[in-house]
Amino acid sequence: MSWGRAFVALARRDLTIAFRRRSEMANPLLFFVMVVTLFPLGVGPEPKLLANMAPGVVWVAALLAALLSLDGIFRPDFEDGTLEQLVLSAHPVPLLVLAKVCAHWLITGLPLLLVAPLLALFLGLPEGAMGALMASLLLGTPVLSLVGAIGVALTVGLRKGGMILSLLVLPLYVPVLIFGASAVDAASMSLPIAAQMYILGAFLALAASLTPVATAAALKISLS
Amino acid sequence: MWRWVHKYGSPPVFYRISGRLLPWLWGLFAILLGWGLYGALISSPPDYQQGESVRIVYIHVPAAWNSMFIYVAMAVSGLIALVWRIKVAEIVLIASAPIGAMFTFLALVTGSLWGKPMWGAWWVWDARLTSELILLFLYLGVIALHGAIEDRRTAARAVSILALVGVVNIPIIHFSVEWWNTLHQPATITKFEKPSMHIDMLVPLLVMALAFKLFYVNTLLMRARGELLERERDVKWVKELAS
Amino acid sequence: MAEYFEMGGYGFYVWTSYGIALVAMLATVWGARQRHRRQLARVVRRQKREQAGKR
Repeated sequence: MSWGRAFVALARRDLTIAFRRRSEMANPLLFFVMVVTLFPLGVGPEPKLLANMAPGVVWVAALLAALLSLDGIFRPDFEDGTLEQLVLSAHPVPLLVLAKVCAHWLITGLPLLLVAPLLALFLGLPEGAMGALMASLLLGTPVLSLVGAIGVALTVGLRKGGMILSLLVLPLYVPVLIFGASAVDAASMSLPIAAQMYILGAFLALAASLTPVATAAALKISLS
Repeated sequence: MWRWVHKYGSPPVFYRISGRLLPWLWGLFAILLGWGLYGALISSPPDYQQGESVRIVYIHVPAAWNSMFIYVAMAVSGLIALVWRIKVAEIVLIASAPIGAMFTFLALVTGSLWGKPMWGAWWVWDARLTSELILLFLYLGVIALHGAIEDRRTAARAVSILALVGVVNIPIIHFSVEWWNTLHQPATITKFEKPSMHIDMLVPLLVMALAFKLFYVNTLLMRARGELLERERDVKWVKELAS
Repeated sequence: MAEYFEMGGYGFYVWTSYGIALVAMLATVWGARQRHRRQLARVVRRQKREQAGKR
């Protein structure tokens, strides 16, 4: 099977499986909304404070929602033996990893983008920053999936993998958080966001090219 | 060259040679430490701005330098362990992690103690301290992952990947945190102003840095020897050693 | 002499830093040493058992 067809076939499979459990797709979304809702409850409803915090809060919540959903990339396949088959197949494992991560992002990352404007509204983010929010999430959430996949691959064989996963992955998420939140923050003050966007784009390019290799290596180790 | 690597990568040779070198290495450390401490605490002048508190720098900066150096050393051994499957490289990787974490912690604590009299707060989100904090999490991740995997060799290989991913990310994290810090700098100064380095201050600093590096090498060798005995306990050279 | 230890008012911070450094580094060395000794003792014990078993 050619590379392109293998990629599409695997991505399509993952998407089909996810769609069969549509209700599960809502979980990270609900988490995202809940976390953002907690902040006003915690710090008080004062509009200026919330608007100030909005870029950071939405981004942190998106990060946590992404973290929560990471397990789904490899664990179900690990448990029923499919993962081993994929790693042993004739296709290059990084390619297969890329397919799974793409599918994962479509299932968990993209929906976050669609809900984000609502949350920005809750926190009183100025209208001018909405575009920056969407753009930064569009560039940033795939990076979260790509980098997170390395962590999942390293911990998929462990029983309490979930706890360690956060510790492994969150430090790696910090750069994306910094530039993503900064873009939205700058936009809310009508400042230019080109630098942040270029850097986020660079992160995406770097992650897309390097992380599948690391994830593939980690999978082979976890399955050995 | 490969014969050299294989020779010193061989566990019994490593064990024997490190055993013979250690007393000398500790002696050298004592000399460097004595010289460094004399410079740090006695002969070097107080800073005209920060007064005597600048003496903390002689611990803080070498500790911070070590925290980075050790992580890079871990990543390099990890690479060697992954590519050439050399046992000693795996052991160097694992044994280094707690030492690196200790130095990172020390850099954070001394940074805090330096900052309190200067800026009035026990913790400030200064770029360097924030980067050190994230580095500490990276170290803890390595230690946690290694502890969670039962088979030692698999654990070493998994941790090698983590260390390599981490080492690639450290410059990115540094850059991002620097950027973040300059962006959010309030009117009052929260940056740690590095005192202008007079030669009388530079020499003790470098000596302390060298002493700390030597400390790392020594404790690494000690930990590695213990680890080696544990892993190779069924192998002939260990049994011969015991009798 | 006391003036020296005062470190121009920063005494607490300076000495605590050096103190914590000393404790941390001593603990690290001590831990490494204990580990090695424990492993060595185990290996020796094992060897003795095996020798005894062979007789």
